Amino acid sequence: MEQSILPQIKKAAKKSLKARENELAETNKQLEILNGGIFADGELPYFKDKIAEIGHFPLRPNKLEILQINVGYMCNQVCEHCHVDAGPDRKEIMTRETMELCLEVIRNTGAHTLDLTGGAPEMNPNFRWFVEEAAKAGIQDFIVRSNLTIIRANKKYYDLPEFFKKHNVHVVSSMPHYTRGKTDKQRGDGVFDKSIKALQELNAVGYGMPGSDLRLDLVYNPSGAFLPGDQMAMERDFKKALDEDFGIQFHNLFAITNLPISRFLDYLIASDNYEDYMYALVEAYNPSAVSNVMCTNTISVSWDGWLYDCDFNQMLELKVASKVKHIKDYNEDLLNDRNIVISQHCYGCTAGAGSSCQGTVA
Amino acid sequence: MANSYYDPADLRKFGKITEWSEELGNKFFDYYGKVFEEGALSAREKSLIALAVAHVVKCPYCIDAYTKDGLQRGITKEEMMEAVHAGAAIESGATLVHGVQMMNKYNKLSM
Repeated sequence: MEQSILPQIKKAAKKSLKARENELAETNKQLEILNGGIFADGELPYFKDKIAEIGHFPLRPNKLEILQINVGYMCNQVCEHCHVDAGPDRKEIMTRETMELCLEVIRNTGAHTLDLTGGAPEMNPNFRWFVEEAAKAGIQDFIVRSNLTIIRANKKYYDLPEFFKKHNVHVVSSMPHYTRGKTDKQRGDGVFDKSIKALQELNAVGYGMPGSDLRLDLVYNPSGAFLPGDQMAMERDFKKALDEDFGIQFHNLFAITNLPISRFLDYLIASDNYEDYMYALVEAYNPSAVSNVMCTNTISVSWDGWLYDCDFNQMLELKVASKVKHIKDYNEDLLNDRNIVISQHCYGCTAGAGSSCQGTVA
Repeated sequence: MANSYYDPADLRKFGKITEWSEELGNKFFDYYGKVFEEGALSAREKSLIALAVAHVVKCPYCIDAYTKDGLQRGITKEEMMEAVHAGAAIESGATLVHGVQMMNKYNKLSM
């Protein structure tokens, strides 16, 4: 049979790198790649040298605004680009004891935003109890990052839209594209249809409707080795297509750059796109994004209570450079007096209009 | 020296053309940047026009650049391929419309 000149469509991965015993499941291996190759050869500048040019090295925090808690790496999906290497086979789940420690911090923090992420945070058996308790702290903006399909994954999750509404949770959901093909290629077969259904159910209880206080924002990640386009233009296209095709409403679209770590790094290397992607990130470096990168206003807590500058550093096991390293010893003043740990993946947050869990920053 | 006429890595070096003629190079890049800004046409529409033209002028660098640009803008592969067909249709039409010249000449020379 004649070989097609078109690349074979790769099925979304079924297992995490960890379960596949892929060498990139080791964070040391990832860091070796990020610190070596084209950077060690001097072809591209190290991130620290780049930010030193504008007097931002060492990178220091501004005021803490966002407390981001990762309640576990278990997920019902195995997305190809996932920086968490999440999946059904991941067993790292935050315990109730660690949640108690987090609640103590949530009650006393100066941060205005609490941001729960995963994995699929809803799969943590103590998720609902945690949300109920955390909501009592009266934090201004309480985000849950929901992958949408979880709402349709099992009957026990069907009432999540009502549950979120009851606790005035701000729902932030991934939606890589408004077409089925692009979404399913990145996130797995059937994800698009389930996501559409979940969005309609969120709309039905009031989420995302014009003028509604029930916030529903979408996250767009490029489905491949390219950077996100203009956030406002993408939002306009998403709104038009989702409204016309499915009658779906949402508030804002956050365009997030894929960082070259974990499964996305594996994809970049396997598809021979790694060097071009790093060139693209470095070329798109925007100095004005540096002072607002999310590590300057965020603390990330892992499922086992360790503290990180961001969710990406968490996945690279780069703990905060502070005397306070664990939630049990949490002290906001001490933590704010630290140097942020950086490597070449940080170029992902300073490319173009900048990128954070809240979208662009520049 | 590369032993082929086209090297994908050369695309990254495009900006270097200013090194040998700064004024003209800068004027070109200023113009180029301005052309692709949002205007009466959206940047998205202009990206698709650029992709079609890239195929017509058979510029491998431009094809790489505007396929990537289209992906970044969320342009679908169906839209991209239609744009390529629009370019191809004009290009083949340009060939075929010369058929009228051939017919004219044929008729003029024939008894």
